[in-house]
Amino acid sequence: MSVTVKDVEHVAALARLSFSQDEKERLTHELNEILQYMEQLNSLDTSTVEPLSHVIQLQNVFREDEIRPGVSREDALKNAPVHSEKFFKVPKVIGDR
Amino acid sequence: MKLNENYEPVIGLEVHAQLLTKTKAFCGCPTTFGSEPNTNVCPVCLGMPGTLPVLNRNLVEFILRMGIATNCSIAPRSIFARKNYFYPDLPKGYQISQYEEPICTNGWVEIDIDDGSRKKIGITRIHMEEDAGKSIHDIEVDTLVDVNRCGVPLIEIVSEPDLRSPKEAYLYLSKIKQIVTYLGICDGNMEEGSLRCDANVSVRKKGEKKFGTKTEVKNMNSFRNVERALEYEINRQIQLIEDGGEVVQETLLWDANQNVAVPMRSKEEAHDYRYFPDPDLVPVLVDEKWIARVRADLPEYPTKRRDRFVAELGLPAYDADVLTVEKGVADYFEETLRKLSSVSGKPAKEDAKQVSNWVMTDILRVIGEQKIDIDDSPVSPNRLAGMIGLVYDGTISGKIAKEVFEEMLTSKDDPKSIVQRKGLLQVSDSGELEKVVDEVLASNQPQVEKYIGGNEKVFGFFVGEAMKVTKGKGNPKIVNEILRKKLQALKN
Repeated sequence: MSVTVKDVEHVAALARLSFSQDEKERLTHELNEILQYMEQLNSLDTSTVEPLSHVIQLQNVFREDEIRPGVSREDALKNAPVHSEKFFKVPKVIGDR
Repeated sequence: MKLNENYEPVIGLEVHAQLLTKTKAFCGCPTTFGSEPNTNVCPVCLGMPGTLPVLNRNLVEFILRMGIATNCSIAPRSIFARKNYFYPDLPKGYQISQYEEPICTNGWVEIDIDDGSRKKIGITRIHMEEDAGKSIHDIEVDTLVDVNRCGVPLIEIVSEPDLRSPKEAYLYLSKIKQIVTYLGICDGNMEEGSLRCDANVSVRKKGEKKFGTKTEVKNMNSFRNVERALEYEINRQIQLIEDGGEVVQETLLWDANQNVAVPMRSKEEAHDYRYFPDPDLVPVLVDEKWIARVRADLPEYPTKRRDRFVAELGLPAYDADVLTVEKGVADYFEETLRKLSSVSGKPAKEDAKQVSNWVMTDILRVIGEQKIDIDDSPVSPNRLAGMIGLVYDGTISGKIAKEVFEEMLTSKDDPKSIVQRKGLLQVSDSGELEKVVDEVLASNQPQVEKYIGGNEKVFGFFVGEAMKVTKGKGNPKIVNEILRKKLQALKN
């Protein structure tokens, strides 16, 4: 498996990042190196190994359904680049997700 | 709207139900609807760096109820995944959901279709996820974002493509609503968005085995809209094929004002969600013991309850249907029946129809008019049973009962006090009623002549007149007896 500049452009678009042509080429090269390194795993037989989703051996960590204090609206909005008295403000978005 | 009969629609629904937990899925913020914008928030649901989500135990409890009630297999182990996309109402840049290894799979529910039979509709999966916030586009130049709803727990119920008409889709959705409200895990309110529905729709020629190309229809925010939107989309697809065109796989938004489904303009890349297991949330393990406990605590399933009302209480199927649509109504009915039977000493079966009549015509009318929940009915099961009891023991007539009922809507007094206060006691004293009958006969000579002449139909007229004189309080049985006796005497 190898990554092309096109793949880098696609992933960058999904992540809302933009790169110069030089950067795209450098990233393509770096991503390919990472993938090649991971390819080493293919030399092992993993047919009987369950995919690993978590590295820590914890399970069933729950919180009881009880209300806990949050933060004030003033604090919630404080770090936003733009906000009104009650809302976060972002450039107009039209359409659905 | 009539659908072209050479084609068969194939529909699958994705239903999102907002759960009635007190707090959000992964933090302790309240889930209260309609709070001031951005007040039910904390660093976790605001997506602040360095925070960690912790799963609400009730989210698992609630989805287990749903999974068990819909005959699903419960996964012994399930995990959460991140669904990545950018939208301002999603501060983290991803939604916590389940992708591989959802907690409930392979279930089914039954719907009662038009020909009177029951049809099984498969449920592919039910999984847990969190809701996004709310964006408001039309107030200012900018888009305003309220993150109160961010992190509110949802379950997504995905059906198999087993539905074959908009009507079936409607029935299935009603069934889902009935189940979630019975289980007490969602209020089922579509208009307020606690229940949301998207549909996958395709059509194929009758007899064809292969599915046609499907489209997704979103934004159908009422039961009526679901049926209308599906009819619209099915007709559009059939027309397209009939005209030699091809259905394109796309997402459409239903516009309830214009009655059209409009294709959603989205970038090609928009649907690459790059799901991966969320490392912040540990796996959920559910053992047999947990499942058994949830199963034991489940309320009676609506269909079972309906069948029991027919079999054990002898109610007509129609009554049983109406009474079991909502759990609250069925509970109210049974509570009233229990109270009445304990007073009347009769088996429940004998009182059931009487109680059913009052609940269906009077109680449901009142809560409909006042737009309230049956739990908030101004007449409690206890008071309703007391009032029906007064009819049974002859204290009041059935006609007066309606008057007492109306009074009970505004007065908190028990029915007996109302009857006394308003002087509505039934007159069963034959001496008094004889005077009334004499009066009626004396002032209606022409009708008396008719009766003597052989026209027995006027008998009803006399009863009516006598009841009028007693202002509805005369015991109709005794009035009948006296009338019959007196008229017979005149005839001879």
